[in-house]
Amino acid sequence: MSEARKVLIDPLVDNNPVTLQMLGICSALAVTTSLLPALLMCVALTSVTALSGATISALRHRIPNNIRIIVHMTIIASLVILVDQLLKAYAFETSKQLSVFVGLIITNCIVLGRAEAFAMKNGVVMSFIDGLGNGLGYSIILITVATLRELFGAGTLFGYTVLELTSNGGWYVANGLMLLPPSAFFIIGLLIWGIRTWRKQQVEKPDYQIHEVHRTEVY
Amino acid sequence: MSDKKEFDRDSISNTLIVAIGLSLVCSIIVSSAAIVLKPVQEKNEEAFRQRIILDVAGLMEPGGDIAELFQAIEPRMVNLETGDYTDSGDEGVHVVIPEELDLAGIGERPTNVPVYLVMHGNDVDQIILPVYGKGLWSTMLGYLSLEPDGNTIKGLRFYAHAETPGLGDQIDKEAWRALWVGKEVFDSGDEPQIRVMRGPVPAGAHNSQHLIDGMSGATLTGNGVTGLVQYWTGPHGFGPYLKNYREAG
Repeated sequence: MSEARKVLIDPLVDNNPVTLQMLGICSALAVTTSLLPALLMCVALTSVTALSGATISALRHRIPNNIRIIVHMTIIASLVILVDQLLKAYAFETSKQLSVFVGLIITNCIVLGRAEAFAMKNGVVMSFIDGLGNGLGYSIILITVATLRELFGAGTLFGYTVLELTSNGGWYVANGLMLLPPSAFFIIGLLIWGIRTWRKQQVEKPDYQIHEVHRTEVY
Repeated sequence: MSDKKEFDRDSISNTLIVAIGLSLVCSIIVSSAAIVLKPVQEKNEEAFRQRIILDVAGLMEPGGDIAELFQAIEPRMVNLETGDYTDSGDEGVHVVIPEELDLAGIGERPTNVPVYLVMHGNDVDQIILPVYGKGLWSTMLGYLSLEPDGNTIKGLRFYAHAETPGLGDQIDKEAWRALWVGKEVFDSGDEPQIRVMRGPVPAGAHNSQHLIDGMSGATLTGNGVTGLVQYWTGPHGFGPYLKNYREAG
């Protein structure tokens, strides 16, 4: 059981798909202007990653090597369409805000990455847990970014006013930048900085280092 | 386990079996989900559209039953060329809009367009026109509600757009929408005079009943709104239809 625990907990901070592996950044920029769509996106992505991991793992002994990526994509795409249809039926207004980004889960590197790296080599239950863990790792980042953006960009959380805006007679001047995509870059960048200060082992070695030659070494 | 070793998953037969089998299973899952959920989704789309219309008419009550509230609204088709009602159920031919008239930047429009009449007994209480046109980034789709004099605005509401968050997306915010209520589209002529300003309406402007405060940082979105409202209320849009109302009232 401790193995399953590790598979679930590891992607939350230590091996986070967004801040360590730099995957899934595109949707992290696009759907984080407010909390509700971000939350729905997290549920959608987590369920797709978990279910596709389990399905691919169940078929892993039969999937021919030369068409394996196509097989992964077909399974992932079917799950994504399923999720998209369900959202359109049962969470209509929020799904309108998510628009194309639910469909774009198909191209989210986290999903295909877990299929290739984990589900093809591990059992069904483990792959499901791995998908869940990675989905949750993505969710932690997305929800953090969305909370900051909605709170400081619009003064609300889940649409409820927290900071009264000056335009409504309050005291808080909304930071418009927070509602634009670049702010998500800044927040994710700061998060990465924070995490790597806390977990030093995540700091990468520089690609290239100038070899300093001391004067006495030269003759 | 022993037969698993002999099983060659890279063989052509297995490749074909997996490819065909997977395609079949996936297509069945996807298409049945689409078919099963379609009625719910269509109901959502319809309810959303009706809610927007109720919203612009000011008839939406929190927690009210949309279908029931919508009973008060009568959809009719209008032939834009003649300005009269038509019984035709479809949009008719799409007409290319001459460039100099295309204030909304939409290129073409159908001949027949639905309008929604809010009835009060046998009298028309509000006329709700669908309007759409280009903003800064996107096509903005909305509804414009007029009083039965065919001139005074009761509300303008957009339900689909992708204008700049925090700037242009104020077109959809309560505060800016409220500025439209009571404004007048026409002066004495047939050309719409209604206009979104750049910046606030100057104090004491003689034609302030036609002017709307601009949104700071969203001049181009405001211009887009001006264009689409002027087009759809103008001679090439609902102009002839509204003229009937203006002359009757």
